[in-house]
Amino acid sequence: MTENVTTENVTNDPIIVCEDVHKWFDDFHVLKGITTSFKKGEKAVICGPSGSGKSTFIRTINRLEEHQRGTIIVDGIELTNDLRNINLIRQEVGMVFQQFNLFPHLSNIKNITLGPMKVRKLSKRQAEEDALALLERMGIADQAYKYPSEVSGGQQQRVAIARALAMEPKIMLFDEPTSALDPEMISEVLDVMRELAHSGMTMLVVTHEMGFAREVADRVMFFDEGVVVEEAAPADFFDNPQHDRTKLFISQTLQH
Amino acid sequence: MEELTFTPEIKPPSTKKDPKRWLKDNLFSNWYNTLLTLLAIVLLYFLFKGVYTWVFTQAKWEVIPPNLRKLSVGKFPKDQLWRVGQVIYVLAVLMGLSAGIWKGLNQQITSAVACVGAVIALLPIQVNTSLREAAIIATTLIAVSYVLGRDLQNLKRWVIIGWVLMFPWMMFMLHGFGENSISTILWGGLLLTLILAVVGIVACFPIGILLALGRRSQLPAIRWISIAYIEVVRGMPLVTILFMGSLMLPIFMPGDFRPDKVIRAMIVLTLFSAAYMAENVRGGLQAVPRGQYEAAQAVGLAYPQTMTFIVLPQALRSVIPTIVGQFIALFKDTSLVSIIALTEVLGTADEILGDPKWTGYQPELYVFIAVIYFIFTFAMSHVSQIVEAELGVGKH
Amino acid sequence: MLQNPTKPPFWRDVRFLKVLFQVLFLLGVAAMAGFFYANMMSGLRDQGHPLSLSFLRNEAGFEITDGIDFNASDTNLKAFWVGVVNTLRVSILGVFCATVLGFIFGVARLSTNWLIRSIAAIYVEIFRNVPLLLQILFWYALTRSLPRIQESITIADTFFLNVRGFYLPTIAGNAGLSVWLWYLLWGVVSAIIVVLCFAAFRHLSRSSGLEQTDRPSFASNIIFGTKWIAAPVFMTVAIAGWFLSPGQPFEIIVPELQGFNFVGGINLTPEFLGLLVGLTVYTSAYIAEVVRGGIQAVVKGQREAARAVGLTEAQVLLSVVIPQAIPIIVPPLTSQYLNLAKNSSLAIAIGFLDVFHVAQRMMVPTGQTIPLFGMIMVTYLIMSLTTSVFMNWYNRHITRFER
Repeated sequence: MTENVTTENVTNDPIIVCEDVHKWFDDFHVLKGITTSFKKGEKAVICGPSGSGKSTFIRTINRLEEHQRGTIIVDGIELTNDLRNINLIRQEVGMVFQQFNLFPHLSNIKNITLGPMKVRKLSKRQAEEDALALLERMGIADQAYKYPSEVSGGQQQRVAIARALAMEPKIMLFDEPTSALDPEMISEVLDVMRELAHSGMTMLVVTHEMGFAREVADRVMFFDEGVVVEEAAPADFFDNPQHDRTKLFISQTLQH
Repeated sequence: MEELTFTPEIKPPSTKKDPKRWLKDNLFSNWYNTLLTLLAIVLLYFLFKGVYTWVFTQAKWEVIPPNLRKLSVGKFPKDQLWRVGQVIYVLAVLMGLSAGIWKGLNQQITSAVACVGAVIALLPIQVNTSLREAAIIATTLIAVSYVLGRDLQNLKRWVIIGWVLMFPWMMFMLHGFGENSISTILWGGLLLTLILAVVGIVACFPIGILLALGRRSQLPAIRWISIAYIEVVRGMPLVTILFMGSLMLPIFMPGDFRPDKVIRAMIVLTLFSAAYMAENVRGGLQAVPRGQYEAAQAVGLAYPQTMTFIVLPQALRSVIPTIVGQFIALFKDTSLVSIIALTEVLGTADEILGDPKWTGYQPELYVFIAVIYFIFTFAMSHVSQIVEAELGVGKH
Repeated sequence: MLQNPTKPPFWRDVRFLKVLFQVLFLLGVAAMAGFFYANMMSGLRDQGHPLSLSFLRNEAGFEITDGIDFNASDTNLKAFWVGVVNTLRVSILGVFCATVLGFIFGVARLSTNWLIRSIAAIYVEIFRNVPLLLQILFWYALTRSLPRIQESITIADTFFLNVRGFYLPTIAGNAGLSVWLWYLLWGVVSAIIVVLCFAAFRHLSRSSGLEQTDRPSFASNIIFGTKWIAAPVFMTVAIAGWFLSPGQPFEIIVPELQGFNFVGGINLTPEFLGLLVGLTVYTSAYIAEVVRGGIQAVVKGQREAARAVGLTEAQVLLSVVIPQAIPIIVPPLTSQYLNLAKNSSLAIAIGFLDVFHVAQRMMVPTGQTIPLFGMIMVTYLIMSLTTSVFMNWYNRHITRFER
């Protein structure tokens, strides 16, 4: 059951390297020295109680949050105040948000084509072709010309995934992609993410979906109070947790 | 279960208002309401009686017809009036087409305008023939282009381009060029009122947006200068700023730059309304959730792109009703330029009153102008309510 | 493999770019200001009016009939001050009247009586949709058609309305006033003593029978005592003093027609009246809308709950709805007040000498346009800043109150 389906895609080249990453919100120390690295094609699930810094951590990776100490290197590009590097990284890293954050004044397909047309300078025809192919892959090609407010939450999140994929990123970040969804819509989003995992994408997923973590992840990281308390392969993590806090968290999460 | 189908249908108790019931509910529900009603009736009786006798027996309305042209276009040369006509007709065609193509709100606005045109065309009092003629042509054009517009959906793009070009074309058309050009000083009456209001709101738009973005900027220098501009302008009365424009603009400009007073008023009105526009736009910007900025960044859009394609379209859409409100206020405020001796409607009235032939006709002229203003502003605020409702319903 | 191991070149460093951008912006603003300044200096040299404030000490050379006594030989500085006071006079009175009228019409717009509701709606629509300047001109024109001074409209021979304006009585203190003020002071002192004695007595006598926690505190005794004992004591002393002092402390001076004019009392000029009525009526229409909006925003359930308790319509309005609507109403209300103060500058259209009109009068004779505009700007900015400081204080107070 816990046999990992995507191991064959994982290479040994690290694509994200974090060293001693610190972040403060005013006086509040959110990230207390995170040191880790992710390999190309790796799928990491990040979990932890709310306020543990897990969302902040993945947001520093495409510089939605600026880290104040330490280094983050994404695909060989260091995240600094270098304007060019920030733009390069944003193109290599796609992000999916908890609240979808679709652009409400644009139709679904325009949501997807905007980035490719304005940033990657694709022609409108090319961008729309790509977008329709992506929507097909997400199973919602028939929703292309509707507005976000006219489709269900699950469909909106799939449009958001398509929007991120349209930039042809090497890495995908998911910030609690299913937390804002009604239960019956969670699986349609997870299916899409599973398919994406099989295709070999590097994925960092913040989620409470432990079933998904067990099935898809190469590694599960447990965050608490701004540090990585424990990280392990899903089988070890769930069946043989080392730390008390991890044990407590797992028992609490699995009760539901 | 069978007997259920035979249950006689019970109708809800009639909610139809019979007049007696309505009177009781709305006028005589208890003793103090009855008292209020009676008092109000007495008050209204005297008010109506006073107004009626003044309007129909005492007021000397003969001041209006001979001055109607002056009140509508000021000193615009009579042989050049076709220019105004051209502008009105093109406007009529554009409105008719938009109403036909987009229906909805456009249709309501256009039909309101067409009604005004029809009323002017059929006005029982003696108006000069060119006005009646223009009203008839304009109304007909609206009707014809509306019918055409319904079948010509592919004209959409051209109609939008037409609207964009309308403003520069209007200025060009009214001003003319070369020997025949008409100095802006000759523009007057309602024409000038409308031009000033439209120029003010259109030209302040880009400045207002920049100021609003400046006020929300992370860069302190830009933020503080934007705040200073906005707050200083908003803290001052418009009259003082108009005077500053007419007295100080010449001092601050190089010696050979002497725009005439109409242009100066336009500059002042633009700079003035930009500060208010900035605050309105800022309200819209605040309503755009943070997630929208983040999503735009995550897709890789730079700041200017994020603003142009993501934030501003949403922000502006949500403040359309406020902007209509600002336009109404500006439309009323244009009357202040009469204090610096410009001849928009009110200034024209002052000019007419200066003529010994018409001294003592203040009440009639003021009431007439008040009615014109009322019709325009009331209609516009009605439109803004419809806009608000539409935006609320079809929210994307 | 690393493209940029540590520091990026400075021209791509975001922090540097931010600073650069601001410096460029400031340079642009400074260049523009310098351009205007250079033009101004050369323009002023041509006109022969170097900037200076010494004109403030010169004779004004024009009369101001409204407000503080002023004649043509007083200085420009005093003229400016009279203008400021006139602006404040018309604004404060206007704010007061507009608030009263606005609340009446705002509440009337929500009346269950259809006729009242409609009248209020028509009032609001008419006066909101006609430019203020036009309204002021209209009211001012109306004062021109008031009766001549000998045929004044009068109420009980104390208030007079005629083409010269509105005359009303004034109150002046006389010899008895100082004595009566002593009685008032005694009233305060004796009230305080009585309350303290009462509170102490009550505190001691009650404490024996009750548990420690149920005992009314000393402070609450004082509050109770102030309400039921101090006020009557004070009133008694004050009223007794009124009759005991030699002669009446105050006298009312009624305007009297002597020759061709009224003497005594206060005169509100037609200019003042035209401006005041215009500002009041126009602003009250906006205030009515603010009040209506505020009341409607108070949750409907609140009203129903209050009605269920058995309060009458009027009681519900006064004791439940309005107190809750006030915090919603105050911010837009303040901005209406500010608008009224700014709009009082329309005085210039009918010849009332407010601060702006006074300054404008000085501009041509002195040629000091720029300093005068500076003074006007400062005056209005002080008014709006004071108001916004008050607003901020009020908002903080209200939010604390609600928690």
